[in-house]
Amino acid sequence: MKKHFRHLIAALALVLPVAAFANSEGPALEKAPINVKDVESLQRGAQIFNNYCLSCHSASYMRYNRLQDLALSETQIKDNLMFATDKIGDTMAVSMDKKEAKDWFGATPPDLTVIARSRGADYLYGYMRGFYRDESRPTGWNNQVFDKVGMPHILWEWQGEQRLETVKNKEGHEEHKLVLVKPGSLTKLENGKADTSEYDKRAADLVNYMVYMSEPSQVKREQIGYVVILFLALVMFPLAYFLKKEYWKDVH
Amino acid sequence: MSKQQAVLDWIDARFPLTSTWKAHVSEYYAPKNFNFWYFFGSLAMLVLVIQIVTGIFLTMNYKPDGTLNASGVPVAFASVEYIMRDVAGGWIIRYMHSTGASMFFVVVYLHMFRGLIYGSYKQPRELVWIFGCLIFLCLMAEAFMGYLLPWGQMSFWGAQVIVNLFASIPVIGPDLSVFIRGDFVVGDATLNRFFALHVIAVPLILVALVAAHLIALHEVGSNNPDGVEIKKNKDPVTHIPLDGIPFHPYYTVKDVLGVVVFLIVFSAVVFLVPEMGGYFLEHPNFDPADPLKTPPHIAPVWYFTPFYAILRAIPSFAGTQVWGVLGMGGAVVLIAFLPWLDKSPVKSIRYRSTKFKVMVTLFIIAFIGLGILGAMPSTNVRTVIAQIFSVMYFGFFLGMPFFTKNDVGSVATPARVTDNTGGRQVLFFVLMALAIGGATLFAKMV
Repeated sequence: MKKHFRHLIAALALVLPVAAFANSEGPALEKAPINVKDVESLQRGAQIFNNYCLSCHSASYMRYNRLQDLALSETQIKDNLMFATDKIGDTMAVSMDKKEAKDWFGATPPDLTVIARSRGADYLYGYMRGFYRDESRPTGWNNQVFDKVGMPHILWEWQGEQRLETVKNKEGHEEHKLVLVKPGSLTKLENGKADTSEYDKRAADLVNYMVYMSEPSQVKREQIGYVVILFLALVMFPLAYFLKKEYWKDVH
Repeated sequence: MSKQQAVLDWIDARFPLTSTWKAHVSEYYAPKNFNFWYFFGSLAMLVLVIQIVTGIFLTMNYKPDGTLNASGVPVAFASVEYIMRDVAGGWIIRYMHSTGASMFFVVVYLHMFRGLIYGSYKQPRELVWIFGCLIFLCLMAEAFMGYLLPWGQMSFWGAQVIVNLFASIPVIGPDLSVFIRGDFVVGDATLNRFFALHVIAVPLILVALVAAHLIALHEVGSNNPDGVEIKKNKDPVTHIPLDGIPFHPYYTVKDVLGVVVFLIVFSAVVFLVPEMGGYFLEHPNFDPADPLKTPPHIAPVWYFTPFYAILRAIPSFAGTQVWGVLGMGGAVVLIAFLPWLDKSPVKSIRYRSTKFKVMVTLFIIAFIGLGILGAMPSTNVRTVIAQIFSVMYFGFFLGMPFFTKNDVGSVATPARVTDNTGGRQVLFFVLMALAIGGATLFAKMV
């Protein structure tokens, strides 16, 4: 029997990390450098989200007072992160009229509370860094990971302006590449080359926050999980194992 | 007479408590040689209980309402997020329920596979098998209707696709699909009736069928990995099967061990990977249902993919698509006919011919292969492979009366049950590794 269980565990361990079939559309997405346990990054992300995104998008399942998860006090939240309501228990609704929004952007800006769970962090990170100038679009902006997007580049003053240029790669194939043509307030020039790492960091903070917001209990979930699994494996398993062994010793 | 005994006697004079306990638990004699595959019956019961209990708590906060709230999100979708965020312990309950749905199928597929390789459906256990197949059917209905409730994009479009299948039935089809939906498209009416069916109608039938499954099983007694009828060798004095041991305490303590191991795996999913890489909770289902936006790739949850692959593999001809639907339905219904398709005098695969072993291997390859293909967007190559696997799937069942004729292995079935030798354990491990490795390789290559 002991061997059987080892086999069972081994078999299941092999099944667990089944790789998801990747979405094979659009450019390859860079891995978002995020860490939902980094509270300072989440705070910076919350600041960007509440100051910029919440103007048009709602996060209607997320309550303002939940931001206390991020080591913020109620007063801090009220003073710095609440603009649309004065009740801390309210959800992050948007005051913009949906019909008007549709007229302005061509589509109602979607609710963003769980967007990180449907699109994934890497997609959002690519999206926030993928805007480029495109005069054929009504807003003057297009996006590398979301073609013909209705949303303009809200953070363009930070990032600057990019253009999508066609370059030849090493094998001689044509490739589309984003090139910074006009520096933003966060662009540094180093040896004559534009360095947008500062903007990328802000984008990562924002994505980090959106991943947190998509499931605020995720850090706690993992913590509880390790305790539960250790309890089962170290207390319950030996108990059940020796109980079975004791009862079965007279079965031949 | 002790006070305890007096109470028991009082009850027994009015209700068969002691005799029922004896007949089904303490004096129900089960073969002593159960192996790994025999854990999944009791585990299926455990998962059923988990689903019912977590389901009760979910209904306390879930709202089957397809209308939009003030933020423009369907109420049903928002109520699930309310459970995930604002209900105390809500996320644990929800993840247990969503993981439980998938684990139910893991456990039941393994349970059914056990029946297949040890001939547990054969005489005198045909009704045990039929009740089991009805349970499987109910489970599929339960899972399908439950999946609509979160009202995400995959909930909506999955239901749309499946209900539309009924529309392909000649003459009555279109009206039938409207009757099922209660509307011309999947909508609030559909959500409400699926909720009613999911929380009360189907579970009620399910529980009744589980009772029938167990009563039938305890009437004829359990099969075992050797396919030996233990009731044929009874102690001449006590009339207890020589190879039998009382279910309680032997198999209760053994099943507890199985439960603990299962719970470790279950908790690992619930707490560490509740989405299971998008297979237990699909990513597009975190977008609320939108009747105006068809997702580029509609994939059913993993446990329906083998049958979905068969549906897609069968081309439409004679101006109708009903053949794929018939194929998918047939693939499920055929399983119930195993007791009569299998002509072999031998129950267990251990004592069957090589021919049978090869056929079972091909069947496993076809079933897992179809499961993998059903989860992927179809391409020409994949469709052809799915067609080959579909032929293998049906060939296994329809060819069974022929390849099980004179199906006797080189080793005869023993008179008494045998021990699980080290050699068998090594073989088990090697075959498991081969199946998992092969499946992974196939998924990467196709």
